[in-house]
Amino acid sequence: MNYRSSFFVVTCLAFGFAFLYIPILSMIVFSFNASKLVTVWDGANSPTLKWYYALLHNEEILDAAWISLRVAVINATGSVILGTLAGFGLARFSQFRGRFTLNAMTTAPLVMPEVITGLSLLLLFVAMEQLIGWPAGRGITTMTIAHMTFSMAYVTVVVNSRMASFDIALEEAAMDLGARPLKVFFVITLPIIFPAVLSGWLLAFTLSWDDLVISSFTSGPGSSTLPMVVFSKVRLGVSPEINVLATLTLGVVTAIIVCVSVWMARRPKLD
Amino acid sequence: MTTSAGSVVKAQPWNDPSARPYVQIERISKAFGDFKAVDDVSLKIYKGEIFCLLGASGCGKTTLLRMLGGFETPTSGRIFIDGEDMTDVPPYERPVNMMFQSYALFPHMDVEHNVAFGLKQDRIARAEIQERVATMLDLVKMTDFAKRKPHQLSGGQRQRVALARSLVKRPKLLLLDEPLGALDKKLREHTQFELISLQDKLGVTFIVVTHDQEEAMTLASRIGVMNHGEIVQAGTPSEIYEFPGSKFVADFVGSVNMFEGKLIEDEPEYVRIHSAEMGGTIYVSHGISAPPEATVWAAVRPEKIFMSTTAPEGSTDNLVRGAVQDIAYLGDLSIYLVKLPTGKIVRVTQPNTSRHAEAISWEQQVYLSWDATSPVVVTR
Amino acid sequence: MTGRGLVVALPYLWLLMFFVVPFVIVLKISFSDVDLAIPPYKPLLEWVGKNSLAIKLNFNNYAFLFTDSLYLRAFWNSIRVAFISTLLCLAIGYPMAYGIARARPALRNVLLLLVILPFWTSLLLRVYAWIGLFKANGVINNILLSLGLIHEPLTMLFTPFAMYVGIVYSYLPFLILPLYANLEKMDWQLLEAAEDLGCRPWQAFYKITLPLSRNGILAGCMLVFIPTVGEFVIPVLLGGPNALMIGRVLWDEFFSNRAWPVASAVAILLLILLVPFMMWYQNVQARESAGAR
Repeated sequence: MNYRSSFFVVTCLAFGFAFLYIPILSMIVFSFNASKLVTVWDGANSPTLKWYYALLHNEEILDAAWISLRVAVINATGSVILGTLAGFGLARFSQFRGRFTLNAMTTAPLVMPEVITGLSLLLLFVAMEQLIGWPAGRGITTMTIAHMTFSMAYVTVVVNSRMASFDIALEEAAMDLGARPLKVFFVITLPIIFPAVLSGWLLAFTLSWDDLVISSFTSGPGSSTLPMVVFSKVRLGVSPEINVLATLTLGVVTAIIVCVSVWMARRPKLD
Repeated sequence: MTTSAGSVVKAQPWNDPSARPYVQIERISKAFGDFKAVDDVSLKIYKGEIFCLLGASGCGKTTLLRMLGGFETPTSGRIFIDGEDMTDVPPYERPVNMMFQSYALFPHMDVEHNVAFGLKQDRIARAEIQERVATMLDLVKMTDFAKRKPHQLSGGQRQRVALARSLVKRPKLLLLDEPLGALDKKLREHTQFELISLQDKLGVTFIVVTHDQEEAMTLASRIGVMNHGEIVQAGTPSEIYEFPGSKFVADFVGSVNMFEGKLIEDEPEYVRIHSAEMGGTIYVSHGISAPPEATVWAAVRPEKIFMSTTAPEGSTDNLVRGAVQDIAYLGDLSIYLVKLPTGKIVRVTQPNTSRHAEAISWEQQVYLSWDATSPVVVTR
Repeated sequence: MTGRGLVVALPYLWLLMFFVVPFVIVLKISFSDVDLAIPPYKPLLEWVGKNSLAIKLNFNNYAFLFTDSLYLRAFWNSIRVAFISTLLCLAIGYPMAYGIARARPALRNVLLLLVILPFWTSLLLRVYAWIGLFKANGVINNILLSLGLIHEPLTMLFTPFAMYVGIVYSYLPFLILPLYANLEKMDWQLLEAAEDLGCRPWQAFYKITLPLSRNGILAGCMLVFIPTVGEFVIPVLLGGPNALMIGRVLWDEFFSNRAWPVASAVAILLLILLVPFMMWYQNVQARESAGAR
């Protein structure tokens, strides 16, 4: 295959990536700016780490981060279980009652505006509380349930598409050799599609960690997540601590993605 | 007591009405919606046979094989293996193993664990598993590769592992789906003989699915030719080749020259056919059963035709003149396409037995003739 | 095979309970009256007398939406903004996806990683970055002023321009990825065959690549268009108080006005508006995976 690309395409790529990364780079640069005005560079005192210290001692942000972390981990794990079941089912079972509905229910959340999902879940929780007394008030539980509902749709897509390129002969061979279907799933299928399941977990984690709108609708007093805290700060204007947060987040995400990518590239191509 | 295919061919249990079939397929059909993939197939396969299902893609042979393995449930009919009704038994409970076309080796396990997998499912003692795996690997000559993973093996090596994996459980029946399809020509020939020798040693009954008639002819003790979901003819390779029962079989296995004609003499010991296509008469030294005035076809194999530049003496039956239109030189033999005055093209093959034989060239006028025993008459 | 049933039953029931049922409740509440209570709406069913149940369906909420021009303008504006943003994303994103799909395999992985990386970092934070760039004493103005290109800071923040930039910026990866997935599967030899037969590169692109990538284009556009219609964060942070988007209207009705029934009515109307597009998206996905099989 001829790998040359036209000048036009290369220019577009260059501008496109510049567009994507200039804001990010500007945030990183200004996180070292001493001035409280953030975007006005204080040459005399910068670069400095003082805002980094400030952030790491900011109780409000740390508490919110802790809540976000717990919700994200439980959400990711739960979504992966639900999403893998759904993705596997949709890929392998070509016909079953409710297939159309399940397919629709796992693709709709991908495009649905979050305000609608958020509102509808809150109203559900309120109605349930009136009817059966649970959940009592909104908080981490309701947020986690809400997050799992839309995250699992993403995991379903990831697993489903992985299963599409999975050679069914492997599962048939295992059954032919005496393994029952459940065993085949855990001993053959799951180990092979593991990278896809892992990326589903990471995806669900990120979606939950970054979520603002649905969290705002379904959270309660004392259960503010990190994005909610950031949003309330950001509505008031720029703040140097947010720049620091952005830089740290980017650093961690980059490190994780690079590690995972390198690990996946090193693995021999399984099927 | 092992039953090798060779000894089975000698014994010919299919001609013995009292012989008990090992695999009995009784009126099996499989429909996918409106499409009938397998249509009312009945077969008896005997212990120790290498039985080949031969047909073009879409003829239903793979579907039939999968039903034997338990991966598809028949729409109607029953399957008996060693006397037991296995129709509804799932694959993990059948004493049947399959070698998949893509080999389906588990990529995350090494060769040893792949081969041991089936034995582990049967909860066999660790020591025994190790011993049987070692024996099997030795048999397929893969002992040195025990710790390698599938992606580190070549195509031929993977095939041997797949074979070992499917045989280590000593199944009653081994199903092979296009076993040689992925191999190149030289390796294919070599593996064909290896397969036969392996079957000979272990005595397992093989059922092979293939679209390659050469493969079927080499491996099989018997062949079942399939078309549109039906078995059109079942028999030994020589029976299928020398005595095809229909135009389809005659044309599918090997090449053939078909002369359409009408019976002009119909006696118990011989028939004479007039073929306008050929521009002459064909004398066949055996009787056939056909209604009078029926249209029949005489099938003559290319290698059974004599070609000479001078007219042979004798009767005018089984003799035509033509001009050589095309020659394909294949090294060991040559294929001649001879055009008859009627326009029909006849295919003749001759081995190149001598380097200095009279070379027949293009446009040359030749006489084609054949023995009275050579044509096979088919009525459909 | 009940084993199969169990596998799909769990996700099915979960989604039924937490995705579908809530919409029914939203529908129900959109028909109820506002009440100064917790929760701030009157119940739909009421016992009247001993044996009769009255269902009071209040269509006022919907009537209100159709009569007050604010809502109609918000719906219309949201669709307009989403449409334009989708076209912008396509204009920038298609060449990028194309460039990545045609790159050397090693380079391709790096480029993909670079596209995905922003996607994994918080949307909120990246939108925030633009605030820092666009504001009166923000980075862009500072640079332009110090270079002497302008004498007064440009007003960029809280303008439609800023909102479009924010939306395109956030949703660009959503267009690139499905489009790339589609282009990657293309048989590039088709283009070589076309050129061999006398087609110029641009013609080959127009006649072969473009039609074959149709599903990828549609999928990417749907992934941008549909959520953008209901977008909330970007209009608030970059668009300013005058950015009239329906997502923001819903939020304000709910949180600021505590008008749950009206907010529900807005949600239902928004849903009705978007369902045809969602079905189109699912259709495109089904065709794409059927083609792949």
